Amino acid sequence: MSQLPIQGGTRTLGPPAPDLLRADLLRADLLRAALDASREAIILCAADDDTIVLVNAAAAALVPGLDPGALQALEASTIEHDGRRLKGERRRLDDDHYAWYLRDCTDEELQAEKFRAERARTAFLDEAGRRLTASLNQRRVLRTTVELAVAHLADAAVVVLPVRRRHSEWIRLVSGGTTEEGTLRESVLSEVPGLEEALGGFPPIPSRWLDASQVPAWLLPGDAAPVGALLVTPLPGNAEPAGALILARHGAAFSADDEALARIFAARAGAAIAAAALYRDQVDTAAILQADLLPPELPQPDGIELIGSYQAARDALSIGGDFYDVYEATPASPDTIVVLGDVCGKGPEAAVLTGKIRQTLRALHLVEDDPEVMLSVLNRALLSSGRQHRFATMVIGAISRAEHGRLRVTLATGGHPVPLILRTDGTVEAAPIRGTLIGVVPEITVQPATVELAPGETCLLYSDGLTEARGGPTGQDQWGEARLRDALAGCRGMPGDAAVERLRQLVSDWVHGGVRDDIAMLAVRAPARTRLSLMDTGVAATSPFAIDARRGERRGRAR
Amino acid sequence: MTVFTSTGPRSLDDPGFSEHFLRLVGDGDEWGAVEAVTDLLDAGVAPQRVMLDLIAPTQGRIGELWAANEWSIAREHAATAISERVLAAVAARTPVRPTRGRITVACVDGEWHALPVRILAETLRLDGWRVDFLGANVPGPHLVTHLHQTGPDAVALSCMITARLPRAHAAITACRSVGVPVITGGRGFGPDGRWAHRLGADAWAAGADDAVTRLAHHWPPAPTDPYETAFLGDEEYTHVSRNRGVLVRTAMENLRAAYPPAADYDQRRHDATAEDLSQITDFLAAALYVGDDLVFTDFIGWTRAVLDARGVPPTALQAGLHLLRDQLHDFPAATAVLDTGLLKAG
Repeated sequence: MSQLPIQGGTRTLGPPAPDLLRADLLRADLLRAALDASREAIILCAADDDTIVLVNAAAAALVPGLDPGALQALEASTIEHDGRRLKGERRRLDDDHYAWYLRDCTDEELQAEKFRAERARTAFLDEAGRRLTASLNQRRVLRTTVELAVAHLADAAVVVLPVRRRHSEWIRLVSGGTTEEGTLRESVLSEVPGLEEALGGFPPIPSRWLDASQVPAWLLPGDAAPVGALLVTPLPGNAEPAGALILARHGAAFSADDEALARIFAARAGAAIAAAALYRDQVDTAAILQADLLPPELPQPDGIELIGSYQAARDALSIGGDFYDVYEATPASPDTIVVLGDVCGKGPEAAVLTGKIRQTLRALHLVEDDPEVMLSVLNRALLSSGRQHRFATMVIGAISRAEHGRLRVTLATGGHPVPLILRTDGTVEAAPIRGTLIGVVPEITVQPATVELAPGETCLLYSDGLTEARGGPTGQDQWGEARLRDALAGCRGMPGDAAVERLRQLVSDWVHGGVRDDIAMLAVRAPARTRLSLMDTGVAATSPFAIDARRGERRGRAR
Repeated sequence: MTVFTSTGPRSLDDPGFSEHFLRLVGDGDEWGAVEAVTDLLDAGVAPQRVMLDLIAPTQGRIGELWAANEWSIAREHAATAISERVLAAVAARTPVRPTRGRITVACVDGEWHALPVRILAETLRLDGWRVDFLGANVPGPHLVTHLHQTGPDAVALSCMITARLPRAHAAITACRSVGVPVITGGRGFGPDGRWAHRLGADAWAAGADDAVTRLAHHWPPAPTDPYETAFLGDEEYTHVSRNRGVLVRTAMENLRAAYPPAADYDQRRHDATAEDLSQITDFLAAALYVGDDLVFTDFIGWTRAVLDARGVPPTALQAGLHLLRDQLHDFPAATAVLDTGLLKAG
């Protein structure tokens, strides 16, 4: 600037004349005119006594009442004045003078403030969207709703669910506390202004200041700080409200912006809560239907050890085409009947047929306990039911107790993998039975057989999911009957449940986790004779594993 | 061997007691083992102490006895089954009304060590939690379905085998993605649980007591974005885990040349060797996944001890490692991990 020659308000180009420049600049009125023309507020001060020498027009407009000769009192670089925010900068001019340059940044800061608020709002809604849609569990979604509301909208949040049987469930969270849940009687809902309307789906009641007395004592915990403002917003759901959101603040009322944000949040929360409610209803229905399709809890008849294991292919409902069941002895049919089978196909459709088969057999058992006859009758029943392209394979066993703790098992197969028998000496043999599958031809051929189990011996019924499990080190091999026999032989001396668990583990390791097909197992075991405890005799009993322990396993298998 | 009188030692502090109990469990004496524990409970010993100071350490001893080849695998499994029944007896005698939240307790997919987790489940139940115990080997989709249906306050996930860490990670991420925080435990997460945090777990507990304290005082943790820790592993991990079958098959084809005694292997021995090689591959993959050699060297050290106890020379293990290394020349990280393993194996 100092290089611009100024003369009489006009500007001439060319090199400046040094003495002319100095003389012009020293003219006070020209100097003032130049400073007054500046949009920046400038206050010129004397350095020795901090008095104001000159106030330009912009400064006078910005901060009225500044007069030359007065003491300047500016210190901070940001100055609040009359509701405006000024930013100031002090610069040294020469040894005797300095100046304050002031700028009004009120609007700028307001914009920045708005921008920050908008960003926080977006981040909040983004987080809300992500967390609310994560779960299909209603309780979890409700908790997330109050957590988000307390983190971003209010000091306390309560969600009240629609009235069911004259009661409303609620969940609430107070800042710094933990979530609480409970139930309210329908009659007290009207004590919160606007709550009944919100649960009825009417638009939100405008926020208002409340007397503390207007908030019923049950709404917030007794030790919570007094409520300053309350906002009740409906949570919109599927055609009917999913509930109401009550927000409470200790201090300031809810602004229009707060209300708008609360409404957007409530829309998202409401959708998530409604979806979770729908899922819950479906799960409840499915669970009722599923209960009859899942493998039963096995009875434990005297002198017979029964161990079942069912592993559904990786679907969520845990139901499939494999099944097993046990029918306890009745006066007409003194044998305990076990059945394990496999219906062609997978998923719910197959499961429904397994349910029918199990029910048919259960009824049949009331009048009949010969496995061969049961298979034949079942075959005719399936064929006459008219449903085509569905067949099944299964093994039926009729168990009776024989002398000396032995079991006698009459087995018949309808086209199913033949049960394996683990003898006390560790040998494994297949039951000598044959038969055609069920539900295809009107007359089936069945060759049953009876096997005896000595105490500690096990007969294993299984579905082909076990032997056909693909995996192994190369990923493509079937586990196969040879490995099953080998594994079963390795279970010698184990309790029945440990043996079944071990087979499950081996096949799961074989397929490397990804079981593709249902696997069902049912082990029938004659309980080992109870040994005398060494505590009673004072003599160390020989462990049934003593020989094993001496021989050890020499094949160096890492687990 | 000490032979006890008809009553046997009665106190947990009695140094002979744990040996006595181990023998009962090892002999498959369910009745005797249950009675021993029932006596302790009757004498006023807290059920937590019975589980944590008796049943759990006994189970640890059982594992050691198997590793040292003193017990057969059948005996190990039978003893574990007895421990389970003793635990069930403890549980049946100590009903507790739930006062805290609900928690799901499970082993990760491919993890079969259910007993420690069951002890955790019972300990939490005694502390007032409503516990859903899903047991061993829970596939991820089943776990997540359960979470949607029950909406618990926490999932406690156990992983005892480091090779299952990639699956543990998938489970942790899945749980956190549906908004349920995860507390982890088990040796598989490394010394001091050092890999738990990397896999995104909200917490790690050294044992059941620790888990109870953690869940009672600092729960739930502040929610964070589950996808911040959702991606681990690199192309080397992907290569090794995707080509697991090929790596093992090729190694088996070259086995005879590298390790002449293998020529005499029968089918069973052949299968066992292939399984050992797949395990080595799994641990290699896990080491690459979490980016820590320790995953691999720990496993090699343990395997060496197990093989040693069964009279298998270390050259067999070294041969196996070399057979894999020969196929992974182009993968510097995998080669480096195998080299640390070779040092440990030699």
